[in-house]
Amino acid sequence: MKLGFLVDLNLCMGCKGCEVACKVENEVPLSSWRLRVKYIDIGTFPDSSRNFTPLRCNHCENAPCERICPVSALHYLENGIVNVDSARCIGCAGCMMACPYGAIYMDPETNTADKCTYCAHRIESGMMPACVVACPVEANIFGDIEDDSSYISRYIMEHQGGVQVRKPEKHTNPKHFYVGGGNQTLNPLAHQRIEGYGLFNNITHLKHVGDPHHGILDRFLAPFAAHKAVDNKSFMDFEQKKADSHDKSHENEGGH
Amino acid sequence: MVEHGINATNAVVTMDAALPGIIWGWMITLNMWAKSIGTGVVLISAFLLYRHKKESMPSIRWIMPLISFVALNVFLLFTLVDLHQPLRMVNIFFHPHWTSAITVGAWMASLFTGLITLLLAIGLLDAYPDCARHNEIAKTVRANSELYEKFYPFVVFLAIPVTLYTAVIMAESSARELWQAPTELMQMLLAAFMAGSAALVMVSDKWSQEVRKDLALVLAMAVFFSFVMYMGEYFFSFKSAEAEVTLEYVHSGGEYNVQFWMAMVLGFIAPFFLAVSTMKSDNKTILRFAAILALIGLYLAKDVWLKIPQMLPLS
Ligand code: SF4
Ligand code: SF4
Ligand code: SF4
Repeated sequence: MKLGFLVDLNLCMGCKGCEVACKVENEVPLSSWRLRVKYIDIGTFPDSSRNFTPLRCNHCENAPCERICPVSALHYLENGIVNVDSARCIGCAGCMMACPYGAIYMDPETNTADKCTYCAHRIESGMMPACVVACPVEANIFGDIEDDSSYISRYIMEHQGGVQVRKPEKHTNPKHFYVGGGNQTLNPLAHQRIEGYGLFNNITHLKHVGDPHHGILDRFLAPFAAHKAVDNKSFMDFEQKKADSHDKSHENEGGH
Repeated sequence: MVEHGINATNAVVTMDAALPGIIWGWMITLNMWAKSIGTGVVLISAFLLYRHKKESMPSIRWIMPLISFVALNVFLLFTLVDLHQPLRMVNIFFHPHWTSAITVGAWMASLFTGLITLLLAIGLLDAYPDCARHNEIAKTVRANSELYEKFYPFVVFLAIPVTLYTAVIMAESSARELWQAPTELMQMLLAAFMAGSAALVMVSDKWSQEVRKDLALVLAMAVFFSFVMYMGEYFFSFKSAEAEVTLEYVHSGGEYNVQFWMAMVLGFIAPFFLAVSTMKSDNKTILRFAAILALIGLYLAKDVWLKIPQMLPLS
């Protein structure tokens, strides 16, 4: 069994449902993504079109991330998934240098590498990945690519000639396919990133990688000292934040 | 309107997550730079000992391992500090994954540092016989001082893979095509020759003129060949689309253009002429100046080469 993904870009409407479902299912921290849907505008107004490309780990058959990981934190599962054991990861970021698809991020909460696992935990109990379930137009197709009768295999066969992978020249043998893609959508060097064109500004580069809240020394002390937990919930804890800032202003202003 | 300036076939990203940016930063630059010194002094001192009598370099037996020891510890420290989970470094020894050059390198570098520590202890205790005279450990080390000469050839041999493994890590970094070049292997070796000769120049005050001449020659040759290779990369950037886009950061108008050329002038062009000029005159001050410039330039060049491929969007 070799599990694979196929995204039909002709069907995808860029709703980002898959992206959000992934975030929720895997508790992916703020500023990090396992699956993201990139918007690319092609052409000149008014003859332009907006294209949507969901991007996730390709679970390469010949995975450079697995090869470079010094402690086998990245490893193959029997079903072909390239899994990550965050308890073993030393956070060297070698995998981030090796993955040609930028699919790996340094989790700012655990300070370890993480990425899409094709929801290996859900697969184990017979469920589909969260993004597949969330997609309203069934653009995400998931299944066993070694089984010729599986939906994904039949889909690939039906679209013979129109099925692509990203960066085939890297010899990674991705098990993640696209139908309806083109050079401009699948090749990151074929489209420009121009500040001011995006729906948001100043997002070209992250200012930090890994844990932005703690310094280097904290990384050594972390197992011994309890740090104030910073997670998605604490960012959402508006009431508590308000109370905190209120207290502070009291201190600063001498108890007014 | 700006959008009318865009060719109809061009594509523009209108919504995406931020790029991770530079992940391996100055700590990894420092790590590579310090390792070049740590292994370079071993390789260059072997060359000097092959060509000259020990007497013409009186302190080399302990000063070579001392420089190497300090540099290797800087290298190891920053390797550790750059990890996001530094205490789990032990996993490399308990759960090694041998296809990874990081694993192989960590094992070799640890063994190398251990052997250099031994050479340093023997070298220092032999050079200062009054030091720790009654200490049992010192006595044992002195009693086995012939181990220095026995281990030395092995240490020299080991210095080569310890120098080169970083190039293999870079070759395994499939996402950074600029690094995936056979030239990286040669650049690592030349960096070790540069840094090793430059570091030894700094302590060669009391050594014979002939030795200094050799050091100047090695320094000049290393910076020359390394410079030529950088120029090859700079001008023949058409080997792949990715490498070409990466090199735009150092080409004219690129973000790293100034740092790159500063590195080339300070670290390669200037030291070449300065070192060559001292070969006849034996001007120690100029040679030392050339060595300092080469060390600064090497750091700057390594820094640029490390950072530019990380600026590219990968997906
Ligand atoms: S896409 Fe990247 S992270 Fe995923 S298996 Fe391939 S190399 Fe590894
Ligand atoms: S960061 Fe973690 S998963 Fe990635 S290569 Fe290093 S140890 Fe392996
Ligand atoms: S949920 Fe489906 S339609 Fe929506 S962005 Fe994801 S793949 Fe596209």
